[in-house]
Amino acid sequence: MKEPYKHIQSAHCENGVTVTLLKAQGFEFMSEPLAFGIGSGLFYIHIPLIKFNNGPAVSFRTMPGRIFKQTCKFLNIPYKTKRFRNPAKAQDFLDGLLSKNIITGCQTSVFYLSYLPVEYRFHFNAHNIVVYGKENDKYLISDTVMENPTEISSEELNKARFAKGMYAPRGHLYYIEESVVPDVQTVKSAIIKGIRRNVRDMLYIPGSVGGVTGIKYTAQKIRKWRQRLGERKAGQYLGQIVRMQEEIGTGGGGFRYIYAAFLQEAESYFEKGIFSETSEDFTKAGNLWRDAASKMAGVYRGKNTSQAYFNEIADLLEEIFNLEKSAFKKLSATAKQIKQNRF
Amino acid sequence: MKRKELPQDKSALNGYTRELHYVKDEDGVYRTALSTGWEVKSSALNNAWDEINKEIEAARLSVINEVKSPIYYFMVKNLMNVSLLKSYTGFYKFQIRRHFNPKTFRKLSDKKLQKYATVFNITVDELKNSIKKPTKHSD
Repeated sequence: MKEPYKHIQSAHCENGVTVTLLKAQGFEFMSEPLAFGIGSGLFYIHIPLIKFNNGPAVSFRTMPGRIFKQTCKFLNIPYKTKRFRNPAKAQDFLDGLLSKNIITGCQTSVFYLSYLPVEYRFHFNAHNIVVYGKENDKYLISDTVMENPTEISSEELNKARFAKGMYAPRGHLYYIEESVVPDVQTVKSAIIKGIRRNVRDMLYIPGSVGGVTGIKYTAQKIRKWRQRLGERKAGQYLGQIVRMQEEIGTGGGGFRYIYAAFLQEAESYFEKGIFSETSEDFTKAGNLWRDAASKMAGVYRGKNTSQAYFNEIADLLEEIFNLEKSAFKKLSATAKQIKQNRF
Repeated sequence: MKRKELPQDKSALNGYTRELHYVKDEDGVYRTALSTGWEVKSSALNNAWDEINKEIEAARLSVINEVKSPIYYFMVKNLMNVSLLKSYTGFYKFQIRRHFNPKTFRKLSDKKLQKYATVFNITVDELKNSIKKPTKHSD
């Protein structure tokens, strides 16, 4: 029942690692949208006052590790996760797992992953990869955002696993030793739990900077940026949002499409058409995020830097806020209804 | 986004990989598709690098003009800031800021220099003497 290793490409790294690890256990039904939905991957936060790379600290993702952990938890899959103080011990532990043919998820910093293009290698510590073997001094890597598997020297992998700074991985690794495939009922309940948790994250997080209200908060900020920061700096700030939003493995627009795909897939477990309206809403939200990114590009390319244009961008974000708020409210009602009917 | 709307622009990923996206097909079902890149985000990335390269060049000049020590230059070149360098070296922030001073830098022990060199993935000799070469973000 256990499958040999197979490389799977995904839009988001942690989804990909989750799917790879579960498929290796024989979970044929597992897909990226399903992992993303059960793991409640959709999120937004704009942390005020803090600057990140000299720009606004916005994030479109939940805490690293959350998608994997929550997917396993909701599907009743026993998983193990470990962090280390000592890099040598961390390497020994990983080698031990690989010698038992257990493929392992590792949290790494992209700065040290030499197989990625230089332009992408910032000090970003929440990149997840699959390590599936070791040959001499090379680790065999399945980086799920890449088309093909690759490899990396043990020295580089150790550096990447012990990078410092925000979200420092401290050798973080996770794996599943042995698991039975859950029945359909468990999958159904996991889907509902994932949806309800995501509703909570996006609608009911306290304060005005996280969840859908965070999008509105950013919109309000954008209206003021031109005057407060000047055109050049404001353009850089917008550039930072676009990079956070659309770059590999993160994703604003991209994430909405994955979520829409998840709702489509979820229908096959319940009744047809039950999520079609909300799925359509998230497709629209994804389109709007991409429109917003295109507009923001207009500013940092110097094509249009008028205040009216900044207001248009802010208006778009407010439209997204309204759309996603109503979509999650609908979703909440549907999930409640399904739960009451006991699936 | 429909399948035919997925951009296929030039990007830094070309020659490395293509990105996976979820797109809607004619029948309204989501499936995956590959993209070589999107102009909007590659220009955001290029802009960010233009900014960084300016900072690196400014740092190089400040070392040549004896305003800052090479530690400062290599910090900027490695895309770090003082707090990240602090986590990597174990020095306090105020110590690192002192080490940015060229006079203090010249008196530093090899042991301390080695700590910095290891983090920057260079030799102590390179840390002390390599600054006059033309700069480019490599490794």
